[in-house]
Amino acid sequence: MEEKWEDLIIETISRILIPFIQTYALYVLAHGHSSPGGGFQGGCIYAASLILLFLLYGPRGLEGNFPIKFLFILSALGVGVSYAGIGALCMLFGKNFLDYAALNNLLPHGPVEARYYGIAMVETGVQFTVMCTMALIFLKLLQEERTSV
Amino acid sequence: MKKKWGILGALFTFLALGQAVKDFPALGDPQQPASIHVVPRYVEKTIEETYVPNAITSIIADYRGYDTNYETTVIFTAGLSVMMILGGALKWRKNGKT
Repeated sequence: MEEKWEDLIIETISRILIPFIQTYALYVLAHGHSSPGGGFQGGCIYAASLILLFLLYGPRGLEGNFPIKFLFILSALGVGVSYAGIGALCMLFGKNFLDYAALNNLLPHGPVEARYYGIAMVETGVQFTVMCTMALIFLKLLQEERTSV
Repeated sequence: MKKKWGILGALFTFLALGQAVKDFPALGDPQQPASIHVVPRYVEKTIEETYVPNAITSIIADYRGYDTNYETTVIFTAGLSVMMILGGALKWRKNGKT
């Protein structure tokens, strides 16, 4: 894992595949309302694309691009701000925790759209948490491997 | 010797759990307890109560919002644990204590 993986075929195929995997992950997230899908599945697919990238270039090749601290903060923001924050915002308007109809006071389109956007934001938070945690565990294990060998 | 006791323990647990399978309701039984408690309400009132076209999404994100919140917290805790365990191990090794 020290050196860059020198293989033209693997590198080219991965570089072609990764954007499609990431687009599909975002599709799974965005279409979660009306088909099977949502934050957990979309986050796992996105993390798979990141792990393919790590396998391709090794941890050293991407040292500056994915700092572990940044991934960790992003995963904390996903569950803390985007999920629990939406719930607390609903409480702020006098409804129950995570009762999305309370977002009606912020958004101009009525309670149906308020529920739509509330669920979409919550699922986005789940996606960020799952994606960053998967990538973080993989990167951390790679680093451990590198220092112990 | 230790291995034999392990295999015996696994076999015993397998048989004990297999006994419980007999008490399960039949597959697809409409009168099973899981299908007559809250499921009819989820199936019938999803659209009027939550306006979500997919019943599974309405259960995950709306009826059981707390559950999903803390599921996400569990995943975050897994990342936190890996950070703590591996980060701590690296620091010990640097100080010379294995």
